[in-house]
Amino acid sequence: MNQPNGFVKTTLDNGLTVLVRESHSAPVTSFWVWYRVGSRNEHQGITGISHWVEHMLFKGTPAFPKGEVDRLIAREGGMFNGMTWYDFTTYLATLPAERIELALRIEADRMVNALFEPGEVDAERTVVISERQGDENDPEFLLHEEVMAAAFRVHPYGNATIGHMCDLMTITRDQLYHHYRTYYTPANALAVAAGDFKAEEMVRLIEKHFGAIPNNDCAPQPVRAVEPPQKGERRVVVEGEGNVAYFQVVFRAPPAREPDFFALTVLDAILAGAGGVTFLGGGLSNKSSRLYRALVETELATSVSGSLVPTVDPYVYSISAVVRTGHTPAEVEEALNAELERVAVASVTPEELTKAIKQAKAQFAYSSESVTAQALWLGFSEIFADYSWFQNYIANLSAVTIEDVQRVAQTYLKRSNRTVGWYVPANA
Amino acid sequence: MSIPGPNDILRRELPNGIVVLIRENHASPSVVVNGYLAAGAIYERAEQAGLAGFTADALMRGTINRSFQRIYEELEAVGASVSISGGMHTVGFGAKSLAEDLPLTLDILADALRHPTFPVEEVEKLRGELLTDLEERAHDTRAMASLTFFELAYPQDHPYTRSPDGYVETVGKLTRDDLVEFYLRNYTPQGLVIVIVGAVESGVALRQVEDIFGDWDSSGHAIIPPPPAPRLAQVHTRTVHIPGKTQTDLVLGYPGPARTDPDFLDAMVCNTILGVFGLMGRLGERVRDEQGLAYYSFSRLDGGPGPGPWRVIAGVNPSNVERAIESIRAEIRRICEEAVPEDELVDNKAFITGSLPLRLETNEGVAQAIVNMERYKLGLDYLQRYAELINEIDAARVQAAARRWLDPDAYALAIAGPP
Repeated sequence: MNQPNGFVKTTLDNGLTVLVRESHSAPVTSFWVWYRVGSRNEHQGITGISHWVEHMLFKGTPAFPKGEVDRLIAREGGMFNGMTWYDFTTYLATLPAERIELALRIEADRMVNALFEPGEVDAERTVVISERQGDENDPEFLLHEEVMAAAFRVHPYGNATIGHMCDLMTITRDQLYHHYRTYYTPANALAVAAGDFKAEEMVRLIEKHFGAIPNNDCAPQPVRAVEPPQKGERRVVVEGEGNVAYFQVVFRAPPAREPDFFALTVLDAILAGAGGVTFLGGGLSNKSSRLYRALVETELATSVSGSLVPTVDPYVYSISAVVRTGHTPAEVEEALNAELERVAVASVTPEELTKAIKQAKAQFAYSSESVTAQALWLGFSEIFADYSWFQNYIANLSAVTIEDVQRVAQTYLKRSNRTVGWYVPANA
Repeated sequence: MSIPGPNDILRRELPNGIVVLIRENHASPSVVVNGYLAAGAIYERAEQAGLAGFTADALMRGTINRSFQRIYEELEAVGASVSISGGMHTVGFGAKSLAEDLPLTLDILADALRHPTFPVEEVEKLRGELLTDLEERAHDTRAMASLTFFELAYPQDHPYTRSPDGYVETVGKLTRDDLVEFYLRNYTPQGLVIVIVGAVESGVALRQVEDIFGDWDSSGHAIIPPPPAPRLAQVHTRTVHIPGKTQTDLVLGYPGPARTDPDFLDAMVCNTILGVFGLMGRLGERVRDEQGLAYYSFSRLDGGPGPGPWRVIAGVNPSNVERAIESIRAEIRRICEEAVPEDELVDNKAFITGSLPLRLETNEGVAQAIVNMERYKLGLDYLQRYAELINEIDAARVQAAARRWLDPDAYALAIAGPP
């Protein structure tokens, strides 16, 4: 395989995919294990189960009793976390480089040995419910949840990763444990490291800790849900407390592997700014973008953002705005419609295209500054495509033409392909 | 890469009082700027609450050289960012760009700080955004608990009782003249600190700063020292009801030590034990984990130039509020009354010293560390002495800090949630 220096991708005998990349700018290493399981693998009755399983992996194994992982990593000066999303669940630790083996020991152990003690399951039920209640305090969460439920009626992407309240109240310990044993298996996982090490040595270290882990008997079932084509605009209104209104629109969009994804990424940058490229934040403002000018400078909204997230299955491109006090979601929608018609009819300018590429290049450089971000992108891109997606990201964006941008605007940003949501506050 | 120190940080004071600190890092092709000047909310009158923040936000809305649109067109065209925002004591600023674009971000930063024009229509646009933010805040349980906490924890006339973001009533009344007047009175190079970290030559970057800031006239205002805040003698509590919410947020805390207080690091170690270490220290272990009462419960020690707060923050189910408060108070009582076991203290100190490489991994992290060294007169060798300073803290010092600043029976407690 043609791979750059200091980078190795390989597969262990048990099917575990391994990606490691050297980065010697700081004496720090980040290690991640990714599982191909998330709310994409759930159905009504067990929504939220993948996220809850993630919580339970911090509740102890025989070798590392509850609290021990937190303590061991912290006292080595490290940071750790777990994240669950539609397509994946991941566990990460970033440590001073010479101490990284601790993270490998912990992850290899809890791939198999998490206890799921009934008392811990019950205590975590209230924590997860509390997390959902915190989400529900946010009007934008409430709106997004309803919009996504309307946008997807077959595919699990319509369910929030946190899960429905009724499922959080009733999921059992055995269901959690079964979910864990089904999906937490080497052939369904990736081990990713980026940082201050020698690539061959890191591969050997991963082999030492993970190489002997056998696969489970019950292989994960593939996700068979296919969302039928959308035949017309869908609309949702959420009424709730507060005195600020919110607007959101989502358009069904291609998955990350399809070439149109890159053209749509450029279109997003031109419409709403290049802010949304990573989970770790890029910090770019979007005040010279078309939608900022159309919605915020006109004083209809106080902010607007776009989001196009790489996924395994077709997902959505979303545009969100906070409606300025004294205005309505209807006004925001009308102004947005005019901009979307404009971009579909008349092509974007060469300057806009150049700007979008330069922004992406800058953000790409920023995201390579921390080993945590590098490992995130290696693993994340392998989940929905493969690591070369990340390595070729700038090249693929640079290949996008003005015609491509106009074509994806016409193909995806049309009314019949969208779900519109309004949050209408009780006190407005 | 070594720990930043006097050997690799260039520090220069310009004749007009600006302090410049630069550290080269050629590991990646980017550069960050971080800094501050003394023009925060402490310089505004109570009836003008929000003025300092409004003024800071308005600086990027137009200058004698560039319109609002042009500022952002130039920045965003190269994937760069510049931000300026008001705080309690200072206005902080920052920039990030590819190294080749540092001259541009510095030029826009200097333009905004030195030559703002406060265009009327931009001021009104901004006001609408700020007022919408304040309407959102009024329905945000966490923000309202925090706002109420400051009102309870500090004496009535203390500037910390006021929100630097202001209030609908005050922000609605501020005029463009108020902004201009506040700007002219408070924006001076005296007390301005600018830190640059990244893929630049120190000498070149220093000359760029001298070129754009060096001729800024230094006649300035007096720095207002933050007033002290007495120890709380009893419980001060208030509940804010926000109908329709599903989770309650609470903040329980005290006026804490200033960053320059001799026992600040003792308090910092104590706070790490109480509500930071691992999954949020003892509070995470007891309130979140063992009792399952909260999704989050942690503690935070602000430090800062004045008696910034030391507080516990928790998000809990409305039916668990009383139990969570009792559990938090029990942990505060324990850390005041019982010496921290040696193994726990060793783990916490190892975390604090051991995590330094992670905090210094990025240019942002290094720039923030240098800002703090300068701002609180810690010395440029502070990071290099840091492990030693932490390691000499023993259980008696941790307990003394707990007893000096915390009290399980006299505290400020703000609760915001459904009735």
